[in-house]
Amino acid sequence: MLQIKCPHCGPRDEAEFRYRGDATLTRPAVDAGINAFASYVFERANPAGWQTEWWQHAHGCRAVLKVVRHTLTHEISGVGLPGETLAVPEGAA
Amino acid sequence: MSGFRLPNGGTNINRDQSMRFQFDGKSYAGYQGDTLASALLANGVRLTGRSFKYHRPRGIVTAGLEEPCALVEMAAGAWRTPNLPATAVELFDTLTVTSQNRFPSLRYDLMAVNGLMAPALSAGFYYKSFMWPAKFWERIYEPVIRRAAGLGRLAKGAVDDRYDHQHHHCDVLVVGAGPAGWAAAAIALAGGQRVMVVEQDNMPGGGYLTAPAIGFDSTKAAAGFISFPNAQLLTRTAVIGAYDGVFAAVERHRPGLPARETLHIIRARQTILATGAVERLIAFPDNDRPGVMLASAARAYLNRWGVAVGRRVALFANNDEAYQTAHELRAAGVEIAAIIDPRPESWVAAAAIKAGIRVLLDEEVYSVGYSRSRGLYEVHTRRRGDQGGVPVACDTLLVSGGYSPQVQLATQAGAKLAWDDRIAGFVAGATATVRTAGAARGVYGLAEAMADGEAAGRGEATEPVPQHTPMLPFWEVRVGSGAKSFVDLQHDVTAADMRLAHQEGYSHVEHAKRYTTHGMGTDQGKIGGLVGSAVLAAARGAALAEVGLSKPRPFTQPVSWGALAGPDVGHHFKPQRLLPLHDWHTRNHAVFVKIGLWMRPLVYSATGDTSWGPVLAEARAVRRSVGVTDMSSLGKIDVQGPDAGQFLDRIYANTFSSLPVGRARYGIMLREDGMMLDDGTTARLGEQHFLVTATTQKAADVLEHMEWHLATVWPELDVTLTNVADQWAQFAIAGPQARKVVEKLVTGRAVTNEAFPFMAAGEATIAGVAGRLFRISFSGEAAYEVAVPAQHAEAVWVAILAAGNAFDIVPYALDALNLMRIEKGHVTGGEINGQTTAADLGFGKMLKKKGDFVGKALSQRDGLLDPKRLQLVGITPVDTAKRLRGGGHLVGLSGAGPSQGYVTAACMTSEGEGWIGLALLNGGHSRYGERLIAASPVFDEVVEVVISSPHRLDPENARVKA
Repeated sequence: MLQIKCPHCGPRDEAEFRYRGDATLTRPAVDAGINAFASYVFERANPAGWQTEWWQHAHGCRAVLKVVRHTLTHEISGVGLPGETLAVPEGAA
Repeated sequence: MSGFRLPNGGTNINRDQSMRFQFDGKSYAGYQGDTLASALLANGVRLTGRSFKYHRPRGIVTAGLEEPCALVEMAAGAWRTPNLPATAVELFDTLTVTSQNRFPSLRYDLMAVNGLMAPALSAGFYYKSFMWPAKFWERIYEPVIRRAAGLGRLAKGAVDDRYDHQHHHCDVLVVGAGPAGWAAAAIALAGGQRVMVVEQDNMPGGGYLTAPAIGFDSTKAAAGFISFPNAQLLTRTAVIGAYDGVFAAVERHRPGLPARETLHIIRARQTILATGAVERLIAFPDNDRPGVMLASAARAYLNRWGVAVGRRVALFANNDEAYQTAHELRAAGVEIAAIIDPRPESWVAAAAIKAGIRVLLDEEVYSVGYSRSRGLYEVHTRRRGDQGGVPVACDTLLVSGGYSPQVQLATQAGAKLAWDDRIAGFVAGATATVRTAGAARGVYGLAEAMADGEAAGRGEATEPVPQHTPMLPFWEVRVGSGAKSFVDLQHDVTAADMRLAHQEGYSHVEHAKRYTTHGMGTDQGKIGGLVGSAVLAAARGAALAEVGLSKPRPFTQPVSWGALAGPDVGHHFKPQRLLPLHDWHTRNHAVFVKIGLWMRPLVYSATGDTSWGPVLAEARAVRRSVGVTDMSSLGKIDVQGPDAGQFLDRIYANTFSSLPVGRARYGIMLREDGMMLDDGTTARLGEQHFLVTATTQKAADVLEHMEWHLATVWPELDVTLTNVADQWAQFAIAGPQARKVVEKLVTGRAVTNEAFPFMAAGEATIAGVAGRLFRISFSGEAAYEVAVPAQHAEAVWVAILAAGNAFDIVPYALDALNLMRIEKGHVTGGEINGQTTAADLGFGKMLKKKGDFVGKALSQRDGLLDPKRLQLVGITPVDTAKRLRGGGHLVGLSGAGPSQGYVTAACMTSEGEGWIGLALLNGGHSRYGERLIAASPVFDEVVEVVISSPHRLDPENARVKA
């Protein structure tokens, strides 16, 4: 089970969070067309390694957090607020 | 009648405290501290169960949780737990257990005929035999297989046993309190760390417990350990798995405590797995007969429970350690018939011969003399690989094929396995946070394991210490006949099955496992897993190190559903949300229905009558005069800030920035993939202040959807979202007389049609309480919704009823509300079902052309614009006496052909006769007037219906605007 260090609430169990997917996607501009939105909504990289993703502290402060997690080891290298840029480690966890 | 209680000895038992227990209806005596297994052996009981597939008689094989055969069912009242190893069931007075897998009784098992059918039950027989025809599965194969193979029975119905969950955090978690684990824990404790020790046995000690000469006092040791404030000790607790940074363990509570089991979730900075090693069997013909058991088990029964497992005992062992058992049994007065050792020489063998024990070196056991009446009476030995030999008379055969480090948890935690030739077994490496110590990493011997544990406690590494004489890897004694040599005693997998798996192409250890079910029992093949791999390796001509073990998955022990569910059962499974008016509803005969987490009144009925009568009475009262209903479960989101209007324009498919202050508007939200998310009415209470309402069922989703978009997609917007769902109670007052009621309640503002027209919204004082007033309607009648702070809910509700008294006001509930919305053609969750678009539901024109909103681009996908899509329509039976069924399918008038759509909602109508419904129909918007059949195979009903617009009641909205 993951333990996520919420910047507002401290380390909390994953049961308090709601996963919201890849945090590196940018919503296309309104006139970018159907294909751009289809890619934004449906296409995912599914990496075996580090991934930056959204987790909402739904049963806590309700902040949407950015989390850098290794998808194989579940190690978390950083947690921040949406505006922050988090370093993604090189190589394997 | 072979085992017996020795006159003295047994560190576990208290001979002053005897107890009675029942096994298969027969009463026996034991001592406090006995396990069911030790007590049965002390009573000379050998036969404890029947095997899974062949129903062969089986007895106790081990003294620990790795027991594959002696599984029992414990029951008391409604409670019943199957698959308990007799070796883990602690004796208590009134203990009642039954053996499993026998029909009708243990001694006379009718299913033993399966043993005669053995050729048909070889590996893969499920796949081969029960393939065809498919319909035979449900009626014939499955019941027969279940009858024949059922591993125990579950409790039927509810039981009031308590199970619990606990979470723990510590610096060092030590799994296993044997010499290595106990030493590691002591060192870590002395270093001031928070240490938690988890031991599956009922006391700490592990290997110390079977070596009384060491003088390890469990009680004293445990008391000393837990006297430290930074120490915690869990006994009777088996760690069942490693899960992404935590370990899960199940504690079996002693009988008499309020809880049966507790699931512990343990998060530790460092974990030391001192899980020991388990002795393994040797595959030889009839190695499953009652009376054949592991050597280490006999030693444990002797030293811990003062039980001799037999009177004349033979030992078949390939290693030095097992000889200790023979010496100790002999010292206790048990005759040692012979030691059969496949090694050509060994100094412990020489010592045994010198001590007067008959040792047969370079020999092997190739069969067992066993009969139902005599039990085990001899074993047959021979020079390794030779033909024939001399029988050795004995009543018990102890087997030791070496020891396998318990690496299940380490591999689950991500440690890699490595082959260790020295012990002929796999040992686990370490990860950044998990390491193994002692026998679990191949360091055998009490002193050596203790030293290794100390090193682990200090965080140092040590090398395994070599043994005096290497053990001989020895896995199987092969004979030509069809006799069965088992590698998995619980699932009846034989060495021949492993070879068959290879022969048929299932050569990978994971394929062979699934083909044969080797290692898939509740014991996970702890004592025979590696033996099966060795047989497979020999068949493949590959090295055992290369063939490997199948991956041991959680759980490492059988786990009861109760432990997993913990306290989250019954009412605690999901929290219940109660409306602010819940008590009033209860007092006034509401029949409640669960909508999501909410308890909502379905209908008010003093007799509990939920038929259409009371529902129609409520709806007709509203349509005739006036009614009031509790809408408090609606989602309510306060949206404030300079960019609030712009934000809502992007969240809703229609426009809100243009909404004047003091007005409300119906809005629809899409998901980004273009499907409908939710609908609701949003009011503008100030220039920078909106109040969004969401449906009860989607309230949480809508809030998350808005929060996520605001935080991540448009962080530049200056908007604050606040969930105010619980702060406001909201009631709808609906019906032709609604205004007259509201006029009596509201002070400080006019509520005439001119001053407060349809879709007006604003602050108001309601029955003296500062609140809000909305002119919105879900029922299709002229209606007002009043919102007041939740603590005033009942006072205001009662005032509404009083004000409406002159107009015969009635409270109405969810069924009547639903009935009226169907009549009006409003949609709810049945229609906004995640598969429908705005256009499907008739909202296509609401999608704004200018500007951005969530779902705009993808709502224009070709597939979503197809005119043949399922679209919302109204349906009415041609014969008003016929009833409609929700979920019924619409088909052509022939009553056959493919489904063209389905009924999403159906009710009796409050205006006129009979039934009406809403449906999603292929291309429905252009099919008004058409006739179809609504077929409900569930109720075996077909009804001819006519298709119409969903908006049948007052389509001009004259009533709501009146």
